[in-house]
Amino acid sequence: MTPSRSAFAVLLAKDLRTELRTMRSLPAMILFAVTTFIIFRYGLDRTTLSGSLAGGVLWTTLLFAGILGINRVFVSELEEGGFDAIRLAPVDRTVLFASKASALFIYFAVLEAIIVPVFAMFFLPDWSALIPLTLLLAGANLGFAVLGTLISSMAVNSRARDLLVPLLLLPLVVPLMIAVTAASAGLFDAAGPDYEGFGTWLLVVGLYDGVFLLVGYAVFDFLLED
Amino acid sequence: MDDRPDAARDRPHEAHSDAARSGEEPAGPDSPGGPHVDEGSSPPAIRLRGLSRDYGGRPALREVDLDLAEGENLALLGPNGSGKSTMLRILATLLRPTSGEVTVLGCTLPDQSWKLRGRIGYLGHEPLLYRDLTGRENLELQARLHGIPRDEASARIEADLDLLEMGRRADDRVSGFSAGMRQRIAICRAVLHRPPLLLLDEPDSNLDPEGRELSRSLIGPAEGRTRVLVSHEPERAKAEADVVVMLDRTGQVAGRTGHRSTEARP
Amino acid sequence: MSGRGLKTLSTATVIVLMAGFAMVFLWVPMDADQGFKQKIFYLHVPLAIVALVGFVAGGVEGYRHLRSGDRRHDVNSYVFIHISVVFGVAVLVTGAIWAKASWGHWWVWDEPTLVSFLIVFLLYSTYYPFRYAIEDRDRQARYASVFAITAGAFVPLNFMAVRMAESIIHPRVFATSEGGLPDSMLLAFTVCLVGTGLLWITLVKIELVGKRVSGQVSRLRRALHDDGTGGGSVGGRIAPSVEAG
Repeated sequence: MTPSRSAFAVLLAKDLRTELRTMRSLPAMILFAVTTFIIFRYGLDRTTLSGSLAGGVLWTTLLFAGILGINRVFVSELEEGGFDAIRLAPVDRTVLFASKASALFIYFAVLEAIIVPVFAMFFLPDWSALIPLTLLLAGANLGFAVLGTLISSMAVNSRARDLLVPLLLLPLVVPLMIAVTAASAGLFDAAGPDYEGFGTWLLVVGLYDGVFLLVGYAVFDFLLED
Repeated sequence: MDDRPDAARDRPHEAHSDAARSGEEPAGPDSPGGPHVDEGSSPPAIRLRGLSRDYGGRPALREVDLDLAEGENLALLGPNGSGKSTMLRILATLLRPTSGEVTVLGCTLPDQSWKLRGRIGYLGHEPLLYRDLTGRENLELQARLHGIPRDEASARIEADLDLLEMGRRADDRVSGFSAGMRQRIAICRAVLHRPPLLLLDEPDSNLDPEGRELSRSLIGPAEGRTRVLVSHEPERAKAEADVVVMLDRTGQVAGRTGHRSTEARP
Repeated sequence: MSGRGLKTLSTATVIVLMAGFAMVFLWVPMDADQGFKQKIFYLHVPLAIVALVGFVAGGVEGYRHLRSGDRRHDVNSYVFIHISVVFGVAVLVTGAIWAKASWGHWWVWDEPTLVSFLIVFLLYSTYYPFRYAIEDRDRQARYASVFAITAGAFVPLNFMAVRMAESIIHPRVFATSEGGLPDSMLLAFTVCLVGTGLLWITLVKIELVGKRVSGQVSRLRRALHDDGTGGGSVGGRIAPSVEAG
């Protein structure tokens, strides 16, 4: 294994192990998501959802629950000296970006593995949309993870971290949200999944992921310097 | 790197800036502007020329010149806010100099800092340990980040932990440690990759006398080990130091002594 | 830029803008559908185009700052974004007026360019609190450049996504602004666009000269009170100042 890959693996393992031990992010994200479903149920006064309404509720909830995790992703590095330790080591600093984005991706995947079935139980009369939905979830997770890592690392060194993460992140994810909600509106169609435009929107998600992967890769080094 | 020949230690002392500056020994005509260093010998471990660092326009270090040969000990003294820690962080590649030339182990900073990483043992105010990992896990993480082979890493970790009498508690989480215990693990972390240059910011803080004594073999003066020590205890630091640099409150060099202390090393 | 250059530039800006508006009101025929209220098009669209170009240029300057480490690029990036945000306010206000005059509502969601612009504007509005929240000057400059690059890459992506959403959800044909314009309208529009661009450049230059002066003042002040307390670092927390030049 190359030193960088080994460093990536060890940093990712560290984050996952810490999360398993302390349960600081995931339980909060899950609870938040389930509670938000209940609020939507009464806010919209619906017991079943379909079409764009279903997509909107699901993605909005995922986005806001995700922000909880994104907010915390660099806190341990800041408070416990991880930034310095990594900068002293003979590894490419981009491994930190990659390991954090991977950790977020995994958090989101676990979150979705739990709350998407909950969502389906609460609101969906027909579960056939869930299989193609996983494609969208994977694409959106990558975008959220990459952008969340970038924004979180930008905000973590500032005084108003908790405020800045959502402030910066929300406008930036609008295109991603447009794409995934539009694509899932068809999937959740009351008459069964409708794939019109699905491929196009999936491409948009991929393009979005690609652009911000490149941007993150290019600028992350500059965020670690002092 | 531990088996460096003694020859390095016997290198002529002109590498001290002080010798050249105070006129005791005229600088070679072929080395304008800087103190004389033999062309054939390896470069000094640390060479600073006009190093300055500002924080948002407020100067923390001003125009610091310094030379330290390999294997020498430098004590950095001064009141709070005199820029000692800033200087250490610059040498450790953690902070960029605002201006001036910095060369550490032959690498020009900040441009070549990537070449220097992994060759410095930095022990700062923060222990750089993850609180939710155990002491041993922190050290294993450090070993992997520095690319130390697994077998060698676990042997070293075992040995160093025993040396600092931390073997018994090494599998507890750092969050449950006292400040002194954290410092002991932090010392292990700083030297795990056996760096030739140690940058120590008050390494004795939080350590009991026993801990100080135990840690000497890891971070104390030794053959082939170049050390920069920031300290609040001038007497102790001076006794170990080859070069003493005093900084004043404005971040300027207020005084220095460049003579190797004649006492035998332990 | 020297004072004289600035004077020439301002004069040129005023002349081109006056010429543009004279053409719009005196020469260009009334729009067949919308009549007089369509005239705001010559203000609204050039402002939006110039602001967007300014945002992207701010990203380019941020990139150059990170590449070179030269603080002047950061100052440029800041000023570009700042002036473009000011233009952005004007874009949204003129857009709302146009919407009210044409459709009777202050805001219309099925105008993708305007919606995209609002999102971009919201993003760039966070540039100020973001910058302000970072205390260390070098870090502030570097992080602001990262922001400028990220946001610069976001602008085209956002426009694409919003426009696609509009055309897929509500299929309807958009005449692109220039597409079906008669020649006189196109000419007047071009003059207005050039004039607005010159106005942006003039404002940027004025702001940069101001920054340089305040940078020199604080440098002088620091030289006067050179006691290590750094009396010169006052002010300019958000706005960077040029001290190098």
